[in-house]
Amino acid sequence: MSGTLIRTASPVAERGHRRSAWRPALGVLTRYASPLLLVLLWQAACSAGLLSTRLVASPVQIVATGWALTRDGSLQTNLLVSLARAGAGLGIAFVAGVGLALVSGLSRLGEDIVDAPMQILRTLPALALVPLFILWFGIGETPKIALVALGSGFPIYLNLHKGIRSIDPKLLEMARTLGLSRARTIRGVILPGALPDLLVGLRFAVGISWLMLVVAEQVNADSGIGHMMMDAEDFLRTDIILVGLAIYGLLGLASDQIVRFLETALLSWRPSHRAARSA
Amino acid sequence: MNAVAPLTQGAAVVVHGLTRRFGDDPVVLDRLDLAIAPGEFVALLGHSGSGKSTLLRTLAGLDPVTEGSVTRPRDVSVVFQESRLLPWKRVWQNIVLGQDGANRRDRAASVLEEVGLGHRVDAWPLTLSGGEAQRAALARALVREPAFLMLDEPFAALDALTRLKMQRLVSNLWTRHRCSVLLVTHDVDEALLLADRAVVLERGRIRTNLPIPMERPRRHADPRFEHLRGVLLESLGVHDD
Repeated sequence: MSGTLIRTASPVAERGHRRSAWRPALGVLTRYASPLLLVLLWQAACSAGLLSTRLVASPVQIVATGWALTRDGSLQTNLLVSLARAGAGLGIAFVAGVGLALVSGLSRLGEDIVDAPMQILRTLPALALVPLFILWFGIGETPKIALVALGSGFPIYLNLHKGIRSIDPKLLEMARTLGLSRARTIRGVILPGALPDLLVGLRFAVGISWLMLVVAEQVNADSGIGHMMMDAEDFLRTDIILVGLAIYGLLGLASDQIVRFLETALLSWRPSHRAARSA
Repeated sequence: MNAVAPLTQGAAVVVHGLTRRFGDDPVVLDRLDLAIAPGEFVALLGHSGSGKSTLLRTLAGLDPVTEGSVTRPRDVSVVFQESRLLPWKRVWQNIVLGQDGANRRDRAASVLEEVGLGHRVDAWPLTLSGGEAQRAALARALVREPAFLMLDEPFAALDALTRLKMQRLVSNLWTRHRCSVLLVTHDVDEALLLADRAVVLERGRIRTNLPIPMERPRRHADPRFEHLRGVLLESLGVHDD
């Protein structure tokens, strides 16, 4: 009886083992195979003359241009300018968004005063304010930073406000039965409970900040990745435009990774994060 | 306020003429009188909507006293049906939440040891099983050395075996700490195993007030247990043929 059990069990276990050893390597291969194939096709089409390089530069050309721009330093300069704008705007958005969300999340009066205007303003497409911002702030750094701050402030405010308001009332009740002061309840229960929502908001905000920056830098700018791309348009340099696009893509990816890292570090109490880290 | 009846003299908890209503609905608590002596273990039974939870919430200070009066010790603790641990604080930090002092961790560790959770001091609450989480909630209640402990169906969500262990644990802890206890429960057997007195609530009034004069540990096979069980079920409207 036990013999049959062992015999039937072992091949299954073995097969499972072999599969688990092969799966990751195979997965990586198949995941990157199709993008790689697309790039190869793109290059082949350009080389064979099927795709006009005036419309789309070839991958090899893009890499070469990227290298040339790095060597003469213009890529780094523009990248730093863009990063500074995004960072400043995001910083302002974070401080303002968190501050307003705390005011409206922690007091009824604050909610009445702050939340209604915020809910109305958030329906405005921030990009439609570009003409107004140029009128108000001219064409210097201010309108660009203001645009980034405005666009990314809302997701931070909205998510943190929601997070504070949706704290489990049972936990708040528990805090009352333990005799916790208001300040201690805010510090120990409300803020940590709203932190996951704040991080979700931050992730949206980071994404939006790049979007805002692209637009801001393509209107009346004399530096930055967006300006570099607009400049290239005048000279039909599709390779430079594509380098700019690639940089924006990488920036978006990198900033998303940073927020993900923050989530893992700050929300280590969540079972899902622990599992992800040990895996 | 009128003078409290002599019977309630020296009692730890006194509820006098407590009435509670929500809007135009029938009253939830109807001129309720209840006294709990220091160190007494009282089980509160009743159907859903009989006012058990409202009484407990009032005693816990979560609901206001609008009609009548409530006297209770300053140091009280509540254990709810759900553990209500903060998931973002480690178990020991949950235990001494809001407490001051240098040796907070040591105090948490010793009370966790007492409830049989000494090995999970540094665990995250979401990794605890249901029984472990309730043990932690008990530890959080006990570390405050309450004179009056309220238990709101604390074992209702646990499986039968864990519940038996938890009942034994509560019995042991009560023998050691000797605080007054009010246990809200649906379980007649639980009341008979643990309490000195069972109180059955019906439509906001006390329908039955039944002393349970059995020495501990108690056994289901005891004929007195059987008899009291019948009495309690009868007053809850369940007829045991």
